[in-house]
Amino acid sequence: MRRLQVLKSLVFDSLDTITKGSRRYNLWMGFLTFVMLVGMYCYSIQLEHGLSVTGMSDRVSWGLYISNFTFLVGVAAAAVMLVMPTYVLHDIDFKQAVLIGEGLAVAALIMCLAFVVADMGGPSVLWHMIPGIGVFNFPNSMLTWDVIVLNGYLFLNISIPFYILFRHYQGKESKSKVYVPGAILSVFWAVAIHLVTAFLYQGLQARPFWNNALLGPRFLASAFAAGPALIILVLAIIRRFTEFKIEDKTIKKIAMVVTVAAQINLIMLVSELFKEFYAPTHHSESAYYLFFGLHGKNALLPWIWTAIPLNVLATVMLTFHKLRNNLNVLYFCCFILFIAIWIEKGFGLIVPGFIPGPYGKIEEYMPTGVEIGVTLGIWALGAFVFTILAKTAIGIELGHLRYKKK
Amino acid sequence: MSKSKKWYSLDLGFNRKKESSGSCGCGKTSGGCQSHEKEMSDEAYLEAAVTASIGEEVKKDGFEQVFDVKMDRRTAFKKLTASLLIGAGAVSTSCSVVSGDDTKEKAQIDWEEQFKGNYKLMTDNEKSATVERLMRSYELRTGKNISMTSENAKEDVLFGYAFNISKCQGYMDCVNACIEENNQDRNSEMQYIRIHEMKDGKGLKFDESDDNYYHEVPAEGHFYMGTQCFHCDNPPCVEVCPVQATWREDDGLVVIDYDWCVGCRYCMAACPYDGRRFNWSKPEVPEKEINKNQHYLGNRMRKKGVMEKCTFCVQRSRKGQNPACVEACPTGARIFGNLLDPNSTIRWVLENKKVFRLKEDLGTEPKFWYFMD
Repeated sequence: MRRLQVLKSLVFDSLDTITKGSRRYNLWMGFLTFVMLVGMYCYSIQLEHGLSVTGMSDRVSWGLYISNFTFLVGVAAAAVMLVMPTYVLHDIDFKQAVLIGEGLAVAALIMCLAFVVADMGGPSVLWHMIPGIGVFNFPNSMLTWDVIVLNGYLFLNISIPFYILFRHYQGKESKSKVYVPGAILSVFWAVAIHLVTAFLYQGLQARPFWNNALLGPRFLASAFAAGPALIILVLAIIRRFTEFKIEDKTIKKIAMVVTVAAQINLIMLVSELFKEFYAPTHHSESAYYLFFGLHGKNALLPWIWTAIPLNVLATVMLTFHKLRNNLNVLYFCCFILFIAIWIEKGFGLIVPGFIPGPYGKIEEYMPTGVEIGVTLGIWALGAFVFTILAKTAIGIELGHLRYKKK
Repeated sequence: MSKSKKWYSLDLGFNRKKESSGSCGCGKTSGGCQSHEKEMSDEAYLEAAVTASIGEEVKKDGFEQVFDVKMDRRTAFKKLTASLLIGAGAVSTSCSVVSGDDTKEKAQIDWEEQFKGNYKLMTDNEKSATVERLMRSYELRTGKNISMTSENAKEDVLFGYAFNISKCQGYMDCVNACIEENNQDRNSEMQYIRIHEMKDGKGLKFDESDDNYYHEVPAEGHFYMGTQCFHCDNPPCVEVCPVQATWREDDGLVVIDYDWCVGCRYCMAACPYDGRRFNWSKPEVPEKEINKNQHYLGNRMRKKGVMEKCTFCVQRSRKGQNPACVEACPTGARIFGNLLDPNSTIRWVLENKKVFRLKEDLGTEPKFWYFMD
């Protein structure tokens, strides 16, 4: 009974915190709400007219939504790079960052689920996929594996921080016996969500561009570069605008993670390019289309030739200690790396999988305004969720929010 | 299928040990014969295997699949919230005193259709019940009648298709017949069949072929080749579907339950043959052009946001007719039949022509062969 009272008080206190803030905070939340509303309007158009309002077609049947979904699974998985050192290896440096990382994972997963739902032709019959009520094609379909791992990861990433914050809210220390097993589990789970998502594509013999053994490992490497890069940027913002203290040491340690992952990612990219272009076969046509265009069709060239130089530049700059240890340079590197991997792993991975089609037909894909509107709306939703979570967590950690402290 | 192989291979019945009732000397009714007992145990074994793999759902279906299960409070709540959201509208109409009987009946049908189970797992009674509802619903909406069946696969039938590359002249009569027969969306000009126009002397160069030509055929120096769903015996699309909305029937047809499909398009990504189509918007067919002889798994009207594809005209083939494309072809390039019938034309083609299939290295075992004169 007492716990329920504490929970009730926590809910009210956090509602109180998230609805009050500086002028800048209000503007930010107002802006996000506006973008979300625009996204919802775009989605209502899509619901009424069907997916024909998007740029997708029978030839390129997955587009911007699934691209973003794939990328965000990686961002969610990256939280583990902070969880492991903190909870498992007892490295105190990360303790401040880890709650933020897990909040980011929760927001990323919510965006993932929203993107998948937005991509569905029949959202009203999605209950067909709920095990027990519907028919769940487990273990044959990798999509059912993905449903399981994503929801499981979401549960882990909500429950662990919730337990810790709930204890701190009452002014008690959290017991490591309770949350460490969960944290260790989430380390494996994070690898699983990304590997399973890669298998979703990797297992299709119909699409040679995806049907390649390096896809899974490359997903992991790029995720562990892009995800922590985003975390660094977020920490930088939080450090600037709140009293929450994050030491330089923490950020530099995360930067190390980003650097190593980005280097591995680049090596894998070279390996992929070598395989596709040294002895090109029919199966290399998608790569040709992506990098050089095919039969005069070259819609993806500007994208990929933005991504590759940014990726190389960021990785090279991060490799030099002097540059990496300069925080402003670091933020810049993280930003361009994030953009580069978003392009490479979203657009640069999903769309060329369908081009050329099974019989060599090339029909290009360009997202429509409605599609972009929904996408922006979902990103705003993620930012909104994250801001709420972060504000509450920071309030509790700083001691502003305490049970029975009026 | 030989067990030593690591990959799937198509069984045309050559190695099949058949236990027909006629082969048993003791007659059908007696129980003393060993072969009958074996048959029974085979059946029992199959049933046990099915139960083990899909659980109790195999026996309960439609409504029961959804509601008639042992449930604790939590699942009950889950179901209630799910149904409440979607059903609230339907309920308010069906309970309303003001609206007429027709409206009530319509709402009742909509409600039952929204919460019916997966066709694959339905009993024959439930199959005919949903077909009844769909026909009645069409009547209530348009005032016209359609005839829809839920005919199951016949025994000892495995459908196969052969395409004579030498004969096809690219007239596209098959494409038109297919569109009319299968009530395909006229707005998006959906076509299950694609005819690829290829240059002579270049071999099967699909990437240089044209599947969207608008000129007089046969064009000089070209030959033609049609593709559609190949009804693979080991279909990748079926494996990947998260809700088992698509499956291989016993007569080899790969079909879709349009009402169970959630529209994720994973099957489309998994198909190596460009065999699947998606309803990007609400499919429309002018009322007077609708083919009213329908099958639940075949040419009945689809809705927006679901997959569809060639079913070898299940509404015709299960009645012993040829698919519309075969019937419409003026050159005789298309051959359809039962692969298990040793006297069928398709078997003659497979045994006497040099046949090949597309992308055989993928292990999908298509039941669609090409040959030349």
